[in-house]
Amino acid sequence: MTTETVIKAENLDLTFHTNDGDVHALKDINLDIQKGDFVSFIGPSGCGKTTFLRTIASLETPTAGSVCVNGMSAEEARKKRAYGYVFQAAGLYPWRTIRGNIRLPLEIMGFPKKDQEDHISKVLDLVDLRGFGKKYPWQLSGGMQQRASIARALAFDAEILLMDEPFGALDEIVRDHLNEQLLQLWDRTNKTICFVTHSIPEAVYLSTKIVVMSPRPGRISDVIESTLPRERPLDIRDTQEFLDIAHRVREGLRAGHAYDE
Amino acid sequence: MRNFFPVITVVAAIMVIWYAASVWMNSKWVYDQAARAGEEVSFSELVKDTWSQDRPVLPAPHQIVAELYKSTVQKKITSKRSLVYHGWITLSATLLGFIFGTGMGILLAIGIVHNRAMDMSVMPWAIASQTVPIIAIAPMIVVVMSTIGATDFLGKDAATALLGYQPAFMQGLLPKAVIAAYLSFFPVVVGMVKGLRSPDNMQLDLLKTYNASKSRTFWSLRLPSSTPYLFTSLKIGMAGALVGAIVSELSSSPLRGLGARMLTGSYYGQTIQIWAALFAAASLAATLVALISMIERISLKRMGMNR
Repeated sequence: MTTETVIKAENLDLTFHTNDGDVHALKDINLDIQKGDFVSFIGPSGCGKTTFLRTIASLETPTAGSVCVNGMSAEEARKKRAYGYVFQAAGLYPWRTIRGNIRLPLEIMGFPKKDQEDHISKVLDLVDLRGFGKKYPWQLSGGMQQRASIARALAFDAEILLMDEPFGALDEIVRDHLNEQLLQLWDRTNKTICFVTHSIPEAVYLSTKIVVMSPRPGRISDVIESTLPRERPLDIRDTQEFLDIAHRVREGLRAGHAYDE
Repeated sequence: MRNFFPVITVVAAIMVIWYAASVWMNSKWVYDQAARAGEEVSFSELVKDTWSQDRPVLPAPHQIVAELYKSTVQKKITSKRSLVYHGWITLSATLLGFIFGTGMGILLAIGIVHNRAMDMSVMPWAIASQTVPIIAIAPMIVVVMSTIGATDFLGKDAATALLGYQPAFMQGLLPKAVIAAYLSFFPVVVGMVKGLRSPDNMQLDLLKTYNASKSRTFWSLRLPSSTPYLFTSLKIGMAGALVGAIVSELSSSPLRGLGARMLTGSYYGQTIQIWAALFAAASLAATLVALISMIERISLKRMGMNR
């Protein structure tokens, strides 16, 4: 078990200057994420979890402090294509087949043609979409489209996966199924995953580490190291250990005034 | 063909109104003639007469159809009185102008989207260019281009070397194409700028995470997303190109083409000739736009953007 730090945020501070006044989105964020971790970010709307994820991805620039990814600045890591990003909506191109959509990052990054097909097939197997490569996005259900989007993020073998509420728009049954699949995927590929969510059970079920955030200004309220074993069937959600961790998350949210008006 | 009955109904209604208007508008001439001869005109005679005048104010539909038939089917294609001949002159200028205008419009749009300087400077000029009346500019363009010797599509020598003779439509084609392009590039610029800017922030962020270059973003995302906008602009541009071609014919020599035909008809008081040329131009426009619509439907379906 290596304990090298892949993502390190130090005194991170981000303020949005809007014409309505300043929005202090992130304040004094200090966090270390080790290789192979599954970290969930949970908090109410407006607590800065998506902003933090985007800062790691170098899609936002901090106004103070720093964030290091793989030992280099976030922007360098982005230029070196160090991570895959999954958005809340699948965002697949309707004019490309599923295989074509997964091929998009491989084309942009200049993978040789013969390697591309192997990567695509491998990653379609990983998300269990094996017969659907030649179909178009509108022929797939919402859950399948999101799986294709995850496959696209995995296609170029980045070590880090950043996921911004990927299952937020899906119903509970599909969500359970995809949560299970995501854990299996994580187990098989051993990537470092940062996962933003609104759902407390999802956060507790999936992660090795839960970061509870609170709003106004966005800051880390609590970091909980999960005691659950790595192998987790879905019924683990009914055990006492699970409920204790969920309770601790709720306490963290309450302490951060998430339940206040 | 679920549009069949509504369309037929509307067409029938238009025909009824037209025939009635024809009687009404041509009746003054009949009454004047009758008064001069000191005769009375019954209603049925009036109707019969107004629908078969030589130079009516408003020709009846059957007169126009008869004239169309006479000048297309019954004339040789190479005759100077054939609407097919004149139609091809106009069509060739329209198509060439359309290609120029669309090409230039797309290039300008790409420049505007990718270059801040062009973004701020080109649009005002493009808009201003469209506000100048084309009737005033067309003769200037014809004169300027013939001064620099750029009038024929293939010069007499080049055409003879290639084809053995210089086809009539090639003579004087370039100025007409330029004027047609002038009227058709603007909708393409506006539509394509909107289309190239249509991808949302999430899509652009995704490509940012791949560290994709601007050119990569253009070919993989912006260009395919802009196809619906492109086709809409092409339809407007095609109509504009046809108008430009017709206007340009009014100031070119020799006087050829559907616009010229309308002009000569008005010189000699041949109103039926004017209307026949008008119909020919209108059906040409309708066919061209319908063709683009067909291509649009097939393309968008294949790209999955036409659910």
